[in-house]
Amino acid sequence: MSAPIEKPSEKTPLLSVRDLIVEFPTRRGTLRALDRVSFDIAEGEVLGMVGESGAGKSLTGAAIIGLLEPPGRIAGGEIWLRGQRIDNLPREKMRRIRGRRIGMVFQDPLTSLNPLYTVAQQLIETIRTHMDVSDAEARKRAVALLDRVGIPAAARRIDDYPHHFSGGMRQRVVIALALCAEPELVLADEPTTALDVSVQAQIIDVLKEICAERGASVMLITHDMGVIAETADRVAVLYAGRVAEIGPVRDVIQAAEHPYTAGLMGSIPTLTQTAARLTQIPGSMPRLNAIPRGCAFNPRCPKVFDRCRTDRPELIDRDNGRHVSCWLYDSATQKVAHD
Amino acid sequence: MTDTPLLQVSGLTRYFDVSKPWLNRVLEREEKQFLTAAADVDFEIKRGETFALVGESGSGKSTIAKMIVGLVDPSRGRILFDGQEMRFEQGAAMRQLRRRFQMIFQDPFASLNPRWRVGSIIAEPIRTFGIASGADINREVGRLLEVVGLSAADAEKFPHEFSGGQRQRIAIARALSSKPEFIVCDEPTSALDVSVQAQILNLMRDLQDEFGLTYLLISHDLSVVRHMANRIGVLYLGRLVEEADAKRLFTEPQHPYTRMLLDAVPDLALSGRRRKPVTGEIPNPITPPSGCTFHPRCPLVVDICKQQVPAVRTTPTGRAACHLLEESALSSS
Repeated sequence: MSAPIEKPSEKTPLLSVRDLIVEFPTRRGTLRALDRVSFDIAEGEVLGMVGESGAGKSLTGAAIIGLLEPPGRIAGGEIWLRGQRIDNLPREKMRRIRGRRIGMVFQDPLTSLNPLYTVAQQLIETIRTHMDVSDAEARKRAVALLDRVGIPAAARRIDDYPHHFSGGMRQRVVIALALCAEPELVLADEPTTALDVSVQAQIIDVLKEICAERGASVMLITHDMGVIAETADRVAVLYAGRVAEIGPVRDVIQAAEHPYTAGLMGSIPTLTQTAARLTQIPGSMPRLNAIPRGCAFNPRCPKVFDRCRTDRPELIDRDNGRHVSCWLYDSATQKVAHD
Repeated sequence: MTDTPLLQVSGLTRYFDVSKPWLNRVLEREEKQFLTAAADVDFEIKRGETFALVGESGSGKSTIAKMIVGLVDPSRGRILFDGQEMRFEQGAAMRQLRRRFQMIFQDPFASLNPRWRVGSIIAEPIRTFGIASGADINREVGRLLEVVGLSAADAEKFPHEFSGGQRQRIAIARALSSKPEFIVCDEPTSALDVSVQAQILNLMRDLQDEFGLTYLLISHDLSVVRHMANRIGVLYLGRLVEEADAKRLFTEPQHPYTRMLLDAVPDLALSGRRRKPVTGEIPNPITPPSGCTFHPRCPLVVDICKQQVPAVRTTPTGRAACHLLEESALSSS
């Protein structure tokens, strides 16, 4: 059983999450919302993080930027940002990393902008907090950035308030805000979910282009596999707070190895297929207080066998850039199958 | 089966008064303002088919659904159900007709009364329409729960004991309880996760086969619509811009807006294709653009588009409202 993605690589990944555990103490016992989640994001890479609601996607993002809502807390594991451990930093130090080294784009652009300040005030404040530049220089940068994210007449519109902008334009402002301190990593949590389809594509394009230009890596959290398919380099699939599968986006979508991922892909209607029925995964994801023993997916899995009900599978390195946490791919299982 | 369509909608229009209060209007010298949620919408739904309305937010799809089931009065236009005109002010006469159509709403957390047991929720239409009485009601509730994939014992529980997908099953059981022929489904799966969405869509298809139901499906998700519908109507700012056979809409879109929507949708199977950049956003519906409301975003715009509202024309695949179709300048490639 190999630990995930720990081959002595020539380059250290930009972000490395190792065995991350997030727990919520409650009156009826402690709920484990993330259970030993591990993944890496390379320099300049777009990692998609998918899963159904409650799988722990947003929680993973919140843990990385140190914004877990109490009583949630990191109960184990490590988070490394370019060789520096960031999960145990004091508040003040973490504050300097957020915004400066990790930029954030959230779902609802209206709540991530302050309605009482103009876009200029918010951008300039952020730039000057993180960088040693004059007010005039910060303003110049802000205008250039707004122009880059596609806001027409940026020099004039920068003095408008958030409510003067439409939903899509607001999300462009949020992207500018996330990128204004030239972060190494951009964490985008459902950046297009609140937008209409025709606008969604514009925003994804802007986010992808501008991050590529600046060499920033992106962690893209979404429930929309279509967005992932068109944007991400690799994708991590979460199920019940655990990583089910990680791999290059095309491989995972076209030839999923984990039975959950396979079921998930089959259940998504597409514009080209005309199957009479969609693949259906019976049941629903377990609640946090009722995660089954062994593999969390075993009660719903079509390929379940004895071992799945007792032992939890770790991420197995498939030697093709893919990692799958499923006993089907364990060497012991495969030997039995061959005999 | 007769040839008359089950539902005929003609010239359906709805305005909403969104004016400021009278005093503000006088002081600020402003006119009354109206939002046109639906304008001259025409379509027909045949028995046993699934007709879908797609559009982005503000396109009027939910308003149309609400007018059809009588939750919103039309400002103008007619709705014929099985050849009979629906007039919701005529209470007694409508009751007979009312039993024959039902609605499933988007949010199963809001559409089920949290203080009622599931059994009472499903039994209410049975009692109201006098379909069964006494012990038969409970038997019927149990049967309906089993039809939608739950168990008869679930009738004793409250809605909060169920997950989103299970609640949507309860909402479907309630819709089926009056033995309707026609169900309006307003975004039935958009609050659900994809794997649960697949379960509900499959269930809806099974029920359609079993009971010969006719659906009006309202959705913003083109791939869901593609999977479920026989025919599709595309709405933009309250107007029906195109209507076509479901398969051909995707292969031979006639209206530039339909093409734009198809280009914009991220899709699993089509990843890697180069999208045409789509420009602009939906304009404010209170002050829609003149002429064809799509003209500010249309890549093929010509002068006439800015002045005249295009009439609906027959196309090889159905109908569409675009000036270019008349001149047949828009090739179907």
